[in-house]
Amino acid sequence: MNRREAISAVGVLLGGTIIGAEFFLTGCKNSDKKTGAIAFSKEDAAYLDEIAETILPTTASSPGAKAAEVGSFMTVMVTDCYDEEDQQIFLAGMTSLDKSCKQKYSSSFMQTAPEQRHALLVELDKEQVAHQKNKKGDERSHYFRMMKELTLLGYFTSEIGATKALRYMESPGHYDGDLPYKKGDKAWAT
Amino acid sequence: MTENTYDAIVIGSGITGGWAAKELTQKGLKTLMLERGRNVEHIKDYVNATKDPWDFPHRGRRTQQMIKDYPVLKRDYPLNETNLEFWANEKDCPYTEVKRFDWFRGYQVGGRSLTWGRQSYRWSDFDYEANAKEGIAVDWPIRYKDIAPWYSYVEKFAGINGSKEGLPQLPDGEFLPAMEMNCVEKEVAKRIKSHYKSSRSMIIGRTANLTAPHNDRTNCQYRNKCWLGCPFGAYFSTQSATLPAAVATGNLTLRPFSIVTKILYDKDTQKAKGVEVLDAETNKTYEYYAKVVFVCASTLNSTWVLMNSATDIWPGGLGSSSGELGHNLMDHHLGVGASGQMEGFEDRYYYGRRPNGIYIPRFRNLFGDKREYLRGFGYQGSASRTGWARNIAELNIGAELKEALTEPGGWRMGLGGFGEILPYHENKVTLDKTRTDKWGLNILAIDCELKENELKMRKDMADDAAEMLEAAGLKEVRSWDGDGTPGRGIHEMGTARMGRDPKTSVLNAHNQVWDCKNVFVTDGSCMTSANCVNPSLTYMAMTARAVDYAVSELKKNNL
Repeated sequence: MNRREAISAVGVLLGGTIIGAEFFLTGCKNSDKKTGAIAFSKEDAAYLDEIAETILPTTASSPGAKAAEVGSFMTVMVTDCYDEEDQQIFLAGMTSLDKSCKQKYSSSFMQTAPEQRHALLVELDKEQVAHQKNKKGDERSHYFRMMKELTLLGYFTSEIGATKALRYMESPGHYDGDLPYKKGDKAWAT
Repeated sequence: MTENTYDAIVIGSGITGGWAAKELTQKGLKTLMLERGRNVEHIKDYVNATKDPWDFPHRGRRTQQMIKDYPVLKRDYPLNETNLEFWANEKDCPYTEVKRFDWFRGYQVGGRSLTWGRQSYRWSDFDYEANAKEGIAVDWPIRYKDIAPWYSYVEKFAGINGSKEGLPQLPDGEFLPAMEMNCVEKEVAKRIKSHYKSSRSMIIGRTANLTAPHNDRTNCQYRNKCWLGCPFGAYFSTQSATLPAAVATGNLTLRPFSIVTKILYDKDTQKAKGVEVLDAETNKTYEYYAKVVFVCASTLNSTWVLMNSATDIWPGGLGSSSGELGHNLMDHHLGVGASGQMEGFEDRYYYGRRPNGIYIPRFRNLFGDKREYLRGFGYQGSASRTGWARNIAELNIGAELKEALTEPGGWRMGLGGFGEILPYHENKVTLDKTRTDKWGLNILAIDCELKENELKMRKDMADDAAEMLEAAGLKEVRSWDGDGTPGRGIHEMGTARMGRDPKTSVLNAHNQVWDCKNVFVTDGSCMTSANCVNPSLTYMAMTARAVDYAVSELKKNNL
């Protein structure tokens, strides 16, 4: 992001309409804290893939987050970019999510049917919205907020997300500032 | 000795160093260009320029390791995964912040010409006359008429796009075709013009991107990845423009990894005989000799070189006799503006990524307007449709959310202010004798802050932005006044100012050090005031003008 984009992002952030605005502007929060050494397993990545797929599923028009390997993207971001406190919230969230699933559907998230996964995450999304709304100054984000942000970021900047769900032109060649648009036309990836 | 002797030495290889080297070599002088950092070869070393977003493991975002390694750069957007190699190593090159100053540096061949924002505007006599008229600091020793032909000269070579507007505060130049506003920007511009009865205008930005092939360089491909280095050479940088021109003369020697530690002053001739260089890789020192030295090491670093060139005659450094060396540090203060949403236009979109936005030239304290502060500000900004990162309150997760986010959202427009900072004697840099860098050299201490004039101005910068957007019909308009810490403008200016009197300035009207006539300082250090428009084009013009003068003086045996 260059300076002009930064100016616009401040504006969007101010409107409270951006997902992961902190990533855009300053990266992870409370950055002076150290990063703990954490390690995700293949199973973790597979589990996160399913969470991501539930947030952004495969549809008629494009493959979903799992195809874009968003699960392993999340593990990279949490390992390298999150500070220790956020890492712990994220890890605890992974456990807590599965626990909720077991309580509600008597089966782990990996074994639960897509409809039940969807219903569970809809509830968690409501929870994170309420948390974000009520949280005070330095209080950390809800873990599901983190998962959702990373899913959107990971998917729409992946090759599948950018070229199949969105439109991507590496080198547009010219500029047209007034192009007709009709509902259903895809947004530009960058 | 002869093999270390040249006609001219240029310290630095950024925007001004590149220009100095081009002009000197084209005038037939054997020139040595010294750069403290590594070489960056055009195209070949733009290692991330052709990557796609998914080629970056963190998709451009910053890691905790980067945050740890770049405690200054992390304070704003420049710290990112895509062009980390174009920013100075902060561990090797620390500086002391007496007060917080966000100094974002580029130590490599090309300097910050690789990463600059490319906004290119002429200054006007409102700027060159302001100090004299208001009794601030000292008078500029030049006026617009002195520099106007040099603006034309550098614009024709660099390739600046823009529209002729006939605005007295923002003179027109030698433009390549202007870039295009998008449909919402056009509408906002029309409404601002009509609401303010033409006393305010919103124009397309003027940038150093080629909108048509120019001097054997390819035109812009609208990728908006300029700061990764352009594989098409479509924006002005040392590598794309001045360096190849200098190399073509056969008169240029470029030496990377060369930290100039001092200018060698000869008491007998009262001139500089050359420079001392510390090889950043081997730690060996060398001396190079020349008839004329151009100091283009960037604002603050040029002053550092002068300060570090202290002798018993000039204990405060070369050019310090006025007591002004290191003083009058300026920047542009920003982090203040407004944004809002534009209803309608849902059937309109755009194609291509324009590496440019709109510009609202200064309107305060001009043409009869009178505020409680001096000088003024301009705005940069743009309108665009929101993308996948927008929040859709009524959708939470699932297929509906995904499908909705694959389409563009509504239009938003933001304006960010760039305000003038007055030259205050007490805003200064000094040599910190208690601390050293990786090479054992004393580092700079920066002591600079915004004062009452700037703080009053910021209120207008926020309010005016919001008022204009509302006047243009935007909804949910909100203003912000965020971080205005000096340095963040990345337009450091002053500390070796030009003037009319050797008692109150470091440089004369030709960027010549009063105390040492064969040394010229032509980067932002020379600025006597800061104006509110982007300064690089003015540095280019100053440099070309100073070289022309220096070479004519050499020919007359006056140097």
